[in-house]
Amino acid sequence: MTAAPSLDDDLGRLRGMLRIRRFEERAAELYGAGKIRGFLHLCVGEEAVAVGVMRALTEDDAVVSTYREHGHALARGVPPDRIMAEMFGRAEGCCRGRGGSMHLFDASHRFFGGNAIVAGGMPLATGLALADKMLGRRAVTACLFGDGAVAEGEFHECMNLAALWRLPVLFLCENNLYAMGTALALTESQVDLCAKARSYDMPADRVDGMDVTAVERAALAAVATVRAGEGPRFLELATYRFRAHSMFDAELYREKREVERWKLRDPIAALSTLMKLGGALDDAGLSALESEVGAELDAAVAFAEAGTLEPVEDLTRDVYATEASDAR
Amino acid sequence: MPGSDAVMVRTTWREAMRAALREALQADPRVFLMGEDVGHYGGCYAVSRGLLEEFGPERIRDTPLSESAFVGAGIGAALNGMRPIVEVMTVNFSLLALDQIVNNAATLRHMSGGQFAIPLVIRMATGAGRQLAAQHSHSLEGWYAHVPGLKVLCPATLEDARGMLASALADPNPVILFEHVGLYNVEGTLRSDAGAVPIDRAAVRRAGTQLSLIAYGGMIPRTLEAAEKLAAQGIDAEVIDLRVLRPLDTATLVASVRKTRRAVIVDEGWRSGSFAAEISARLAEEAFYELDAPIARVCSAEVPIPYARHMELAALPQVEAIVGAAREVVGTHA
Ligand SMILES: Cc1ncc(C[n+]2csc(CCOP(=O)(O)OP(=O)(O)O)c2C)c(N)n1
Ligand SMILES: [Mg+2]
Repeated sequence: MTAAPSLDDDLGRLRGMLRIRRFEERAAELYGAGKIRGFLHLCVGEEAVAVGVMRALTEDDAVVSTYREHGHALARGVPPDRIMAEMFGRAEGCCRGRGGSMHLFDASHRFFGGNAIVAGGMPLATGLALADKMLGRRAVTACLFGDGAVAEGEFHECMNLAALWRLPVLFLCENNLYAMGTALALTESQVDLCAKARSYDMPADRVDGMDVTAVERAALAAVATVRAGEGPRFLELATYRFRAHSMFDAELYREKREVERWKLRDPIAALSTLMKLGGALDDAGLSALESEVGAELDAAVAFAEAGTLEPVEDLTRDVYATEASDAR
Repeated sequence: MPGSDAVMVRTTWREAMRAALREALQADPRVFLMGEDVGHYGGCYAVSRGLLEEFGPERIRDTPLSESAFVGAGIGAALNGMRPIVEVMTVNFSLLALDQIVNNAATLRHMSGGQFAIPLVIRMATGAGRQLAAQHSHSLEGWYAHVPGLKVLCPATLEDARGMLASALADPNPVILFEHVGLYNVEGTLRSDAGAVPIDRAAVRRAGTQLSLIAYGGMIPRTLEAAEKLAAQGIDAEVIDLRVLRPLDTATLVASVRKTRRAVIVDEGWRSGSFAAEISARLAEEAFYELDAPIARVCSAEVPIPYARHMELAALPQVEAIVGAAREVVGTHA
């Protein structure tokens, strides 16, 4: 994340996506084993968005995300062991177990949360950007949300406000075609999401969200204009989730065939194939990558397993800040 | 510290609020005001009149009609180094921002395990009495006082109108400041060096021995009036001004009731599920054996506030009703 993004770092992109994929698979297993509870939303299939976008940001930028945010957090640099411990409800978690899967925060990475209210993070992102602009900082706020969010009033209010005040926000809509089980066309009179952004006089582009390089390139270009003070931008990232909406979803609303068709465009397979064809990766290289990622996740799970439970006497801790200095 | 050369100046409640805003804007470059019509219009209740000319459009920001976006933007700006004051025209309209206030402002610190503070002040008008009917007249501050993570202030006096904002801004938590519409034109005198006041305690506005009248915000002037009427009838009432609904200063209430042994709570909210109900419960929990009479409540009638003058008056707690309730409570065991 800190390194200057380089368009020829395919290995870095592949590693980033593989970490997310394997993390999510581990999370699903651990959910089945009862180690993780609550709602769990996995982003398998959508890894290219997380990796491509986060590679386009710098340390000083801010990220606001949704409840489907493990991938965003990982790609942003939030350590997997802290995320895993959070989902185990442990004191060593990134939010001391107070947030869980849907509410990952990490101030040190300027990761301002998962947010379990659809579109609920958008006003926050708008305000983070307002502060950056008023304080003369050159930071960008990346605001991620799903296709479902565009039906909410908060989406429209924020598009208008950010465009009106030319705030340094990059709005990133992960269009995976469904909001839970409802296809976009069943809820939207206008299914061209970029048209919505343009109606607020905001430049908008649709990007292939299964192609990590395309995402990164589009994000880099958009970030550059936002950072230059040209106002907010909107990117629609066309993607697909391969797994259910959450762990409680019978997937009645879509055909197996549709899922299989999208899996042919698996962003990880696509990149590794490309790399192999170009001679940048071989089977040994890929399995080395797999074991590297596997070892990191083994360590994350062990860290979470070894984590402690916060004492119940601390139940009402951190409802209020006590010191004026708490507010940096 | 008040200086010895301070003088008493005549002012209004609205001017005291404006002086507090001006002082806050002068004192800290991170402070800015945003909301609907706060700038060019001068504020829907004229509180911010003149501030746009003085501080410019960067710091006195007219927002679109989008309560959720600009309240949430206040939260984001507070998270990111600013000290926003967000004005929502009335508490009724704040319901369009309830998501941001309850789901974000009140929760982010806790959900993040204490990583963030939200030094945000949200000001909004509340209350009835101006024949604005049922979509501009409600008193919903008790709802906000229900929510851990928020602080809820209800200034009643000129001193508090002048002094609560500075304390709210100094607080690292989201603070909601309710301005009762019936108070803006109240006139009186204020020390020329009036400034920040504590925001963690209730205040005794009138000392008395025979019963405690407990009220806040817009109900304070009429509760004091009721106390004077009672005095003329030989009943010595103490008046407690809650000032802060969350965190609630239970100790001051209990101390008063231990002394007077009787309590009447005056609350412009509806009786059912009201803040007055919370006060009653606390007194029952902590001072039950010291009570000489059942606790009484004077609240708004269970009706959306009506437009017609006589009906609006009938719906709201009035001086006569407070006096009547007080006499009954005292009479029960006289
Ligand atoms: C305000 C609000 N309404 C409803 C929900 C329930 N809900 C959770 S996820 C979801 C679908 C959102 O879909 P989308 O924005 O496309 O994101 P995706 O899950 O596809 O990533 C809904 C309706 C919610 N969390 N918040
Ligand atoms: Mg979706």
